[in-house]
Amino acid sequence: MANVQYDAIIVGGGHNGLVTACYLARAGMKVCVVEKNDWVGGAAVSRELYPGFTYSNCSYVASLFRPEIMRDLELAKYGLQILPYEGGAVFTQDGGYLGMFRDHDANRREFARHSRRDAEAYDRYSRDILRFCRFIRPMLLRTPPDPSRFRPRDLAELAWLGRQMGALSERQRGEMVRFWTMSISDFLDEYFESPVIKGYLAVSAIIGTALGPMSPGSAYVLLHHYMGDVDGNVGAWGFARGGMGSISKALTQSLIGAGGEVRVGKGVGKILVAGGRSTGVVLEGGDRLMARRVISNMDVKRTFLKHVDENDLPASFVKRVKAFNIRGSSGKLNIALDAAPVFPALPEGAPNLKGDLHFTDSIERMERGYDDWKAGQFSRDPFQDVMIPTMIDPTMTPPGKHFMSCFVQYAPPKINGRDWTDADRDAFGAACLDQIETYSPGFKDRVLHVEVRTPRELEAEVGLTEGNIFQGELTFDQLLFNRPVPGYAQYRSPIKDLWMCGSSTHPGGGVMGAPGRNAAAEVLRDARLPLGMSDAYAVL
Amino acid sequence: MPSCDAIIIGGGINGLACAARLSGAGRKVLLCEAAPVAGGGAASHEFAPGFHVPSLAHTTQGIDPRVMAGMGLDRQGLAFHPRLATTVLSTDGQHLTVTGGATDGPDAANFAALHDQLAGFARVLAPFRAMAPPRLAPAGNEWGKLMRHGLGIRRLGRDQFRDFMRMILINVYDVAETDLTDRRLRGLLCFDATLGSWLGPRSPNSLILYLNRLAMGDAPLLPKGGMAALATALVRAAAAMGVDLRTNAPVSRVIIEDDHAVGVRLVSGEDIRARTIISAINPRTTFQKLVGAASLDADFYRRTSHIRSRGGAAKLHLALTSSPDFRGADLATRLVIAGSSDAVEQAFNPVKYGEVPLAPVMEMIVPSAHEDGHAPPGQHVLSAIVQFAPHAPKAGLVAARAEMLENSLARLESHAPGIRALIAHAELMMPQDIEARFGMVGGNWHHGELTVEQMLFNRPLREAAQYATPLPGLWLAGAGSHPGGSINGAAGWNAADRIMAQVRQ
Repeated sequence: MANVQYDAIIVGGGHNGLVTACYLARAGMKVCVVEKNDWVGGAAVSRELYPGFTYSNCSYVASLFRPEIMRDLELAKYGLQILPYEGGAVFTQDGGYLGMFRDHDANRREFARHSRRDAEAYDRYSRDILRFCRFIRPMLLRTPPDPSRFRPRDLAELAWLGRQMGALSERQRGEMVRFWTMSISDFLDEYFESPVIKGYLAVSAIIGTALGPMSPGSAYVLLHHYMGDVDGNVGAWGFARGGMGSISKALTQSLIGAGGEVRVGKGVGKILVAGGRSTGVVLEGGDRLMARRVISNMDVKRTFLKHVDENDLPASFVKRVKAFNIRGSSGKLNIALDAAPVFPALPEGAPNLKGDLHFTDSIERMERGYDDWKAGQFSRDPFQDVMIPTMIDPTMTPPGKHFMSCFVQYAPPKINGRDWTDADRDAFGAACLDQIETYSPGFKDRVLHVEVRTPRELEAEVGLTEGNIFQGELTFDQLLFNRPVPGYAQYRSPIKDLWMCGSSTHPGGGVMGAPGRNAAAEVLRDARLPLGMSDAYAVL
Repeated sequence: MPSCDAIIIGGGINGLACAARLSGAGRKVLLCEAAPVAGGGAASHEFAPGFHVPSLAHTTQGIDPRVMAGMGLDRQGLAFHPRLATTVLSTDGQHLTVTGGATDGPDAANFAALHDQLAGFARVLAPFRAMAPPRLAPAGNEWGKLMRHGLGIRRLGRDQFRDFMRMILINVYDVAETDLTDRRLRGLLCFDATLGSWLGPRSPNSLILYLNRLAMGDAPLLPKGGMAALATALVRAAAAMGVDLRTNAPVSRVIIEDDHAVGVRLVSGEDIRARTIISAINPRTTFQKLVGAASLDADFYRRTSHIRSRGGAAKLHLALTSSPDFRGADLATRLVIAGSSDAVEQAFNPVKYGEVPLAPVMEMIVPSAHEDGHAPPGQHVLSAIVQFAPHAPKAGLVAARAEMLENSLARLESHAPGIRALIAHAELMMPQDIEARFGMVGGNWHHGELTVEQMLFNRPLREAAQYATPLPGLWLAGAGSHPGGSINGAAGWNAADRIMAQVRQ
């Protein structure tokens, strides 16, 4: 009979849930991660969906994952390796391209091919972005203050924020406020003139968001994607060797090594609440697991609107959770290829295929895609972030074959207010394949298998409400002390002993692990246990 | 020898308010206005024989109370009609009347509750409008006021304060969709928040524009005698307070000696000198045309081009041979065609690409329905602000203007069948026309978009946010400065306060 007593049950085995579990287990707690799927990892998974091919079928690049966590949890020892990628390209409608390289000066020369003025501006741009990153990075691994309370820790944290601001010049403060609130399109206009350069640089500002590049606040999202680094190389991106599931696998091994437990195959039906505190969970099928505390890795809507009785929550909290914006904006194609695709625009042997490939050569085309999304349509001229990880990592496919990951925007959570149908999904997939074929003739003949994922599939399989990859949109009303809702941004919920550790909490989504680590820190502080965490390190 | 203490460039409401305040405090003030009549955006013209329309602004959301009282505008004959009700038009004739937070229909209670909440937010923000914006530095701040006003926000109570934090930079569309159910009210809220902006209702940071509007007043006001009467009262009040007002006196540049602004040169060639030069015209024009790169820091000068100033509104004037029928709507109200929140967003979409929307949204005033004198007896004149219009149309100004006019009239016709047959004369001003006529860069009413990244300490640029500029002796006092435009006068009054505190006589 399942009446086991745990110190903590983590609901959902996404990467954040696993990170929290690892830290708690290392501090001596008896923890159990409960996952509905037969595999763990949430959106950080490697799956063989076509014989011999490993797909990173949800998230597809690693960079945001905090190096502090990799060190603390000894993930390298458990097999995790990040391979930085080496380039990128935007293909233009006139048959040309803009290439990107790992080297700043090479990029500068490439920019000059499109605009001499933009090449000049690139230094200024890089410097300014780095400054914004440097300011915001220390905030990632800290619990946000609650400005609606005057407790000493909140005042102290506000004072810390004040000191961070104080370290800047007045000019930098003003620029920072501007940057946080403006659109990426307006921001780039202050530096660049070439549409394709602006189109390339705007990419990071729209990935995963329900905003267009002309929406105010999109510049901040760019920062959210730039905050990562690979081995201290800021802004660099990489692939997890063996697919994104390697991160989850290493975390699971680390957890088991620390004495933690993982239960897969049965999800949580209900989170038990008695006398105003959480006491455990009931699994699908009726088994009960009792625990000193329950920590939800699910998004805030799923947690409180589906697995907790509304009557156990304050009405104002329920109202704000219901208003929490979590609209999905993206889809994904996972493709098995018989041979490497050829892009005639690129010179032979160019390193650009070893990185992100795009076909959207202006901000206007991206924004028009966003207009489609607002109207409840997927884009006929989609924005795609295409990667071929097997150009660098040969472990994922048979020799000579390739795995291609296409992240696609925009795809709405519903089509004209109704659910996606299989026909919609197929039309969506076809639009994406057609676009690639345009720039890579013969591409379709090399396709062995395609998995098309719309927000519908993302929600059904991974449990991301409305298919939002960040477990909640990244707009100011849902960031920092507002994430997920004001007054509950410190990983606690209105129910005692019910905690949150998913990307719905600060600092938000991406395979970053920061919410999981911050939640663990709060739980451990609350339990008066040693944190066992290295300080947030500052390589910049 | 300076012939006066201060020269003010530009006789819009802010220039006049600033001039009056300084003159009332005993300073000798000369105001140079380029046009034959002062008043800026509060002007009227006869666009067809016997038909007079408000040339740009057709209502005010409220004159700053300091300006109203300090200039004694009521003594100069300024009076308003009772605050305007708004009729939200519907093509099926099911119109909705809204006055402040009061309306009827199934969603009235939700609307009243939302209005109360937002009015509460606006109330605690309003005091920030009536002071120089803070600096992001320890020095140069009015700490007493800032603490007091900041505490005012905190005193909303914990729950309201939490909503305040969440909503201050939210988009108006989500608020409308979450808190309201009536399509007409959602549309109205989205329309009002984005009026005069270059944002769609789904753009983050759009609700704060609605709060700014509420901070000025909770319903539009129509001056008796039209907007020209308002301009006349302003001019009379300024003169009564001793301002020397010169019209037809465009300024060609600011005279600079030893890195100080010491006077202005008129287009006529005349030089006038003063210790203090105050520009109440567009900040970008001020720095780029009147001052010039040679007298400014290179980085600062570059950033004057970054002041975003896209106008998104067109102005439509119609001379009508008889009374139009908006399916029974009361013509003596503000008539709004917004449709729904999505319709407002869709009207914005094409403007992003320099294109004209198929179904624009608009607010209309029929001055002749309120009082005589605007149109020949029995006939009417209609003034509409139509959104959104591209500030840099891809198709060129002439083609875009024609398309905008046609689309606007088609939209009107669907709400007032037969109105096209009544049109004796039509005039439509695109943002570029507004720029040419009123000197508003990009046709933006605020002389620089009123957006969060261009508010407070960043308006118009950090170094010039507290009305003083990097060029000693030169000050700003127009809508391009905090707290922005509209027929209100706060910017001019704040600037005068600042100048009096910092420039001793």
